[in-house]
Amino acid sequence: MSSVTRETDGNTVNSQNDERPILEIKDLEVGFNTQNGLVKAVDGVNITLYRGQSLAIVGESGSGKSTTAHAIINLLPGTGKITGGSIKLDGQELSTATPKEMEDIRGRRIGFVPQDPMSNLNPVWSIGFQVEEAIRSNGIASGKKDVRARAIEVLKQAGLGDADRRLKQYPHQFSGGMRQRVLIGMGLAANPQLLIADEPTSALDVTVQRVILDHLETLTRDLGTTLLFITHDLGLAAERAEQLVVMYKGKVVESGPSVKILKDPQHPYTQRLVAAAPSLASRRIQASDTPLAELDIHAPAEAEVVDLIATAEARAEAREHAADLPPAIVVEDLTKVYKIRGSGEFKAVDNVSFQIAKGTTMALVGESGSGKSTVAKMLLKLEDATSGKIIVGGQDLNALGGKELFNLRSRMQPVFQDPYGSLNPLRNIGNTISEPMSVHGVGTRKSRQARVFELLDQVSLPKMLVSRYPNELSGGQRQRIAIARALALKPEIVILDEAVSALDVLVQAQILRLLADLQAELDLTYLFITHDLAVVRVIADHVAVMQKGKIVEYSSTDEVFDNPQQQYTQDLLAAIPGASIELAS
Amino acid sequence: MPSRNSQQNHFVAPLEETPLVAIDQVKTEGKPSNLWIDAWHDVRKRPMFWISSVMIFVIVTVALFPSLFTSVDPTFCELSKSLDGPGGDSVLGYTKQGCDIYSRIIYGTGTSLSVGIIVTVLVFVLGIVFGAFAGFYGGWVDGVLSRVGDIFFSIPYILAAVVIMSVFSAYRSVWIISLAIGIFAWPSTARVLRAEIFRVKNADYVMAATAIGVSRFRILLRHVLPNSIAPVIVVTTISLAAAIVAEATLSFLGVGLPSTTMSWGNDISQAQNDLRVAPQTLIYPSIALSLTVLSFIMLGEVVRDALDPKARAAR
Amino acid sequence: MAGYILRRVLQAVPVLLGTTFLIYFMVFAMPGDPIVALFGDKTPNPAVIEQLRERYHFDQPFIVQYLLFLKGIFVGDFGISFSGQPVTEILAKTFPVTLRLAALAIFFEMIAGIGVGLIAGLRKGKFFDSSALAVSLILISVPVFVIAFVAQLVFAINLGWFRATVGPGAPLQDLILPALVLATISFAQIQRLTRSSVIETSGQDFVRTAASKGLSRRRIVPVHILRNSLIPVVTYLAVDFGTLMVGATVTEGIFNVPGVGRTLYQAIIRGERPTVVAFVTVMVLIYLVVNLLVDLLYAVLDPRIRYAK
Repeated sequence: MSSVTRETDGNTVNSQNDERPILEIKDLEVGFNTQNGLVKAVDGVNITLYRGQSLAIVGESGSGKSTTAHAIINLLPGTGKITGGSIKLDGQELSTATPKEMEDIRGRRIGFVPQDPMSNLNPVWSIGFQVEEAIRSNGIASGKKDVRARAIEVLKQAGLGDADRRLKQYPHQFSGGMRQRVLIGMGLAANPQLLIADEPTSALDVTVQRVILDHLETLTRDLGTTLLFITHDLGLAAERAEQLVVMYKGKVVESGPSVKILKDPQHPYTQRLVAAAPSLASRRIQASDTPLAELDIHAPAEAEVVDLIATAEARAEAREHAADLPPAIVVEDLTKVYKIRGSGEFKAVDNVSFQIAKGTTMALVGESGSGKSTVAKMLLKLEDATSGKIIVGGQDLNALGGKELFNLRSRMQPVFQDPYGSLNPLRNIGNTISEPMSVHGVGTRKSRQARVFELLDQVSLPKMLVSRYPNELSGGQRQRIAIARALALKPEIVILDEAVSALDVLVQAQILRLLADLQAELDLTYLFITHDLAVVRVIADHVAVMQKGKIVEYSSTDEVFDNPQQQYTQDLLAAIPGASIELAS
Repeated sequence: MPSRNSQQNHFVAPLEETPLVAIDQVKTEGKPSNLWIDAWHDVRKRPMFWISSVMIFVIVTVALFPSLFTSVDPTFCELSKSLDGPGGDSVLGYTKQGCDIYSRIIYGTGTSLSVGIIVTVLVFVLGIVFGAFAGFYGGWVDGVLSRVGDIFFSIPYILAAVVIMSVFSAYRSVWIISLAIGIFAWPSTARVLRAEIFRVKNADYVMAATAIGVSRFRILLRHVLPNSIAPVIVVTTISLAAAIVAEATLSFLGVGLPSTTMSWGNDISQAQNDLRVAPQTLIYPSIALSLTVLSFIMLGEVVRDALDPKARAAR
Repeated sequence: MAGYILRRVLQAVPVLLGTTFLIYFMVFAMPGDPIVALFGDKTPNPAVIEQLRERYHFDQPFIVQYLLFLKGIFVGDFGISFSGQPVTEILAKTFPVTLRLAALAIFFEMIAGIGVGLIAGLRKGKFFDSSALAVSLILISVPVFVIAFVAQLVFAINLGWFRATVGPGAPLQDLILPALVLATISFAQIQRLTRSSVIETSGQDFVRTAASKGLSRRRIVPVHILRNSLIPVVTYLAVDFGTLMVGATVTEGIFNVPGVGRTLYQAIIRGERPTVVAFVTVMVLIYLVVNLLVDLLYAVLDPRIRYAK
């Protein structure tokens, strides 16, 4: 059940009709002391949250959304401190509260669910110990037996069925989803009035994410807890909260009822966000029955192209002329088996077959551990296949000798996920981009230099970057450099392994547009590996859905989205945040 | 049902107050920077760096040109001046043999520093070869090299040097004592490098280089080693200090350099019985030794702070 | 856990073989008759030479000599000292003293090192932290024999708080000063390690989460910060033990503590090489065992290892 239809549901707990706001933030300012003086991370933020409502703060990284959340419970990291404004919880001022008062408020009156389930549980204490100390410190129960009973109850409530058995276990024995349930349980252990959830599911697979969010929603409704949500995903925010607060560079640019903002964003920044959010874009494409190429897109407020639908449209147009081309890549019965010490074998990739026509994009979609990245590594010959065939441009990859493989490498290039790890931090940009050319002995020093400038231009970066180092660049800029390096040898095929997954939505939209333009211009073939089905809708011609090493569904993008055959694909589609929002007016 | 009155208004901030900036703007000001450039900027702001650098400069100068600092011959000893205190011709007094303490300290500097440098070079080279191959090639190469390292690591290097030096008592010299210390001191450097290479070799830029067709060895030299060398530099600076202490300890135990060689350790060792009557014979060489060690330890500390992101955060 | 222990023990076997072989090799790779060379310019007791020849089996090929030497170690035969006394006998007398001294030193350095490191880490950049750094750097820089002499001169001879040398039977109160001296070697390292570990742990997400649950600072510091910070400190204990043994050799020599270290010290001073080799072998064995124990302790402290498959 989604939150948008929630208002019409009868809700017993909230019927007390308390009209005072539970949380009132006025002109909040938070600063961090740095070498360059005080830097304001939050600058004059106003938020009002009423009892029983749910509110989401949306923004990109660096927008100040998490800092605002941490300021509320007075747990700002490092040198951060509140430099102005007020935060009132049920009328009580928090920004000037003593440490002792704050200790009483945390846990008991404000619960907190953190972002990364992997790092938020202490690895050396058992789950039971960590839940029990939360219960004991908030005075919910005392006495060994009562505390234990309450701990089991809390964990059961959070959706851990076999809680009594699992109390003795340690965090590393839990999956990410289960850890997040534990954290939710701890956040709600003392029945707080307000629960702050800071990107509670960003680190989880989409299907797990959906289950956990559904559970959190029911739980807070049943307990009558008011929910404050922090997220970077506009679709998710709109789906899960009644109210939206959009933050940008420490300021609130727009706030109000979710659906209203989504349908009719007023501030240019919000307009950009709406245009760039993949979850909403795929929804909008879905909603309009018109073929993409004929879609009428109203230009975004700024000249910068961030509208994903425009990207999808431009791509679809180019694709129309690219029918019946010979395959650039053929993969047949590809299998990869890893030997695991002690426990035999693990089939990471199991009989995978597909082909990619020249000049088109195929998306390989799957959750973590599905084997999608292993397929990429085998294609790039970074790992050897256990069995099966990979034919690139008519050549069987497994039959190639050293020299032929070396030559083939210039025709197929990768772009990897982590923008912070994909460039050697000690080599300047010029050397990084020209390395493929010098390794393959292409051109003279001078012609390579000219090519580096040409490539920088192609990825829309200034020439002056050649003497710079990666740590001076943003994530998106680093990914552009990685793309430029991949294009240096004029390859036919580019393998994009989660290449846009780590980027903020606006930057992501920009890079997607760049990829689409480059494909049209250079007739590139893309293998696009991702966990994010929403992005696929914009960029891919064909989709192969992988689960546990196998391809479970393989078809054209329209077919997969409009008419998914497998339950797993349907689950993945349903898990795209914002799936339940009605946008077509 | 949520109360109607709590319905919130649609707020839009005025554009003047929240101007939009171009998405992903390239920052063009400032000078190029990477780990080493940043470290240099960081290091030169710290007084400790300049203090230790000046100290090391002075020590090296003394070691290279001892005659600039004293005109007294350290081997010219008069028993009649045995254990005399400072005064007259002598700044720091005389040893039991009646040699000038100050002059012996000046001439002993070269010995300590030579041992420190030879051991450090040895440890650096062995550590890099073992650590780099074990870490980068992994598998059985790692298995064999790491076990060899474990064996050498399992004998505390001063104890090993004690055995070697007592066995080779006839051949004591700066070179032999440096070999005796260095041959058992390298495994910790190799371990540090191996661990760092394990981290670096899985970076995406290494995979990207492989996909370009860069050869394995060139990847090691160009991409992996430069990015894993920083902690080794830190360990190496500190190992120079440790080697100087090791030489002094061995000389103190009587299995170090022969008594004919000018060495702080020897002087301290010989002074121990006169501690009550003439503490200066022990204290001054000890201070020289400690200051030398301190200068390298301080440099190591500064370098660690600049190069290790964890240490950087801890400041 | 059982698998972890087994793996650790199995890994220790080649190391044990390797270290004993290295020591054997170092001594007997010398030119000429190793037994005669072993005594250098000293005149040994003929009976001792005879016993050594028997022990090292010089009529056999090199590898057989080594294996027989190894067998000797396994049955507890570490050879005989220069004076003809079996090393095992000397060990039985001296080992308990050294054990007491080492335990006392470890106790001092752990209490002081962890305590100071914790406070410095929690007050990073403040006056206490800077002072702790200064003291640490100085303590690391002054060699242990200098500290020992100065401590002997100041606290025993001038102030008379302790006895300058340890009396017969090595009573505990006489061991305090040498133990304190011994503790200074590693105090600085432990303090620095604890400090950086505390700072790193304090910045971890789970510490903030603990605070968000409503826990007080008084609970978070010991339970979530200190407990986690101890793991690398315990690992350091293993490495530290090597330093401690070298330190014990020097301090026991200077304070005349009748332990293993002094026996080694005197053997070195007098150039009694067979005794030196025997005692270094013993120390290396102890070091290996301690390392194994620390590995196990590590598993106790870190559940991620305890429950690893």
